[in-house]
Amino acid sequence: MEGLERFIGEHPFFAGLDAGYRQIVSGCTANVRFEPGQYLFHEGEDADRFFLLRHGRVALEIEVPGRGALTFQTVSEGEVVGVSWLIPPYRWAYDARALDLVRAIAMDAACLRGKCDADPTLGYDMMKRFLPILVDRLQATRMQIMDVYGASD
Amino acid sequence: MVPIVARVRRRRRDGPGVWTLDLRSDEGAVRPAAPGQFNMLTVFGVGEVPISVSGDPGDGDRLLHTVRAVGPVSAALADLRPGSAVGVRGPFGIGWPVGAMAGRDILLVAGGLGLAPLRPALYRLLADRDRFGTLTLIYGARSPDDILFRREFQSWRRKPGLDVQVTVDHATDAWDAHVGVVTTLIPRATFDPSRATALVCGPEVMMRFAVNGLRNAGVDEAAIFLSMERNMKCAVGLCGHCQFGTVMICRDGPVFSYDRIGAMLGRKEL
Ligand SMILES: Cc1cc2nc3c(=O)[nH]c(=O)nc-3n(C[C@H](O)[C@H](O)[C@H](O)COP(=O)(O)OP(=O)(O)OC[C@H]3O[C@@H](n4cnc5c(N)ncnc54)[C@H](O)[C@@H]3O)c2cc1C
Repeated sequence: MEGLERFIGEHPFFAGLDAGYRQIVSGCTANVRFEPGQYLFHEGEDADRFFLLRHGRVALEIEVPGRGALTFQTVSEGEVVGVSWLIPPYRWAYDARALDLVRAIAMDAACLRGKCDADPTLGYDMMKRFLPILVDRLQATRMQIMDVYGASD
Repeated sequence: MVPIVARVRRRRRDGPGVWTLDLRSDEGAVRPAAPGQFNMLTVFGVGEVPISVSGDPGDGDRLLHTVRAVGPVSAALADLRPGSAVGVRGPFGIGWPVGAMAGRDILLVAGGLGLAPLRPALYRLLADRDRFGTLTLIYGARSPDDILFRREFQSWRRKPGLDVQVTVDHATDAWDAHVGVVTTLIPRATFDPSRATALVCGPEVMMRFAVNGLRNAGVDEAAIFLSMERNMKCAVGLCGHCQFGTVMICRDGPVFSYDRIGAMLGRKEL
């Protein structure tokens, strides 16, 4: 297996992916690294990629006027950064900043969407992998909105 | 049951609006409490409320209670100065099943002030560390400033045989540890679900989410224990104030296994 294809095979997000699809998907990937403090992307930019983290952590942040950047989630090795590439208008809704040295597989969104459109079985497989991430984030957001721990101020 | 009179020996700020009171009785020793049990504390002239013990059960000399000011009685308690009198009735209830956990992998999952009732269990587990499998403390707070027992976390982090995982719901960039809800830490903990016991304490909504996370990770419902809170008056199962479905929280709990109360959790009418 080529390097990238092997990384894909090893990443939990693609666990159990059919070997043929692994090869197809790896045609849309690139190996990337970010230094601590470097941004993977900024709010409002085109969501033309997403990232499978292989090493390091990424903070997802929203800039709040007067309060600076507020982190609402950190994402670690074995997890995925970015879901906005799935749904039009394909634009990032937050900033993503590397907390450590980050190594990741970057997926070209247009390329992957093209392959999914061409082969709906692959598309369905991708949806089944992304939907749990979206549902988890929705649940987490709900819990954060409820501010369950009780206000201190 | 008549309260005995204790006095505040020391008080210490352990979080925003949260104070730990170190009490000593004028009338001889206060009865020792098992981890997870609570006392009814009276501020004379104000009222009486249930508060869990938060100190080391091995330290028979000190009775610690950690209180967050949320209303008249808890605010009066949290504001007591050294020398002030406090009425103590108890200890009451059934606490964490620490004695029955030998050989198990253990997860303590705490949210916010819920770490206070779990702390005695952690002390007990650490004192007898060799009797248990893996030991993980998972703690979630609202923000870095809200983390309870902040200084003690530093020493827990250095303890061999204890994995400490802390997360906050949101943070500024001065915080470089984990951000996200407490359930996101469960898959990162090292444990064998088939022999894991989880002790969960925090606001009820947080506990429901945590239980889902634990069940998803394969932990048996009978091995998940929660500490429940309801308004209490008598604390001995007579007055019915803390009735929760078929159980009285004060007498049958406050700690229950999930398989016993799960069906009642989240039901508005209870
Ligand atoms: C078994 C048990 C153990 C407990 N252990 C502790 C403990 O270790 N430390 C501690 O600080 N508290 C603990 N509590 C909760 C404590 O008893 C209540 O906070 C207290 O009774 C509130 O009384 P109050 O007169 O101050 O406020 P109230 O006038 O009764 O309530 C004021 C406001 O606070 C809200 N409130 C009441 N209870 C809580 C609560 N538990 N959490 C958040 N908001 C609440 C009420 O809805 C109301 O809005 C425990 C409760 C039980 C049943």
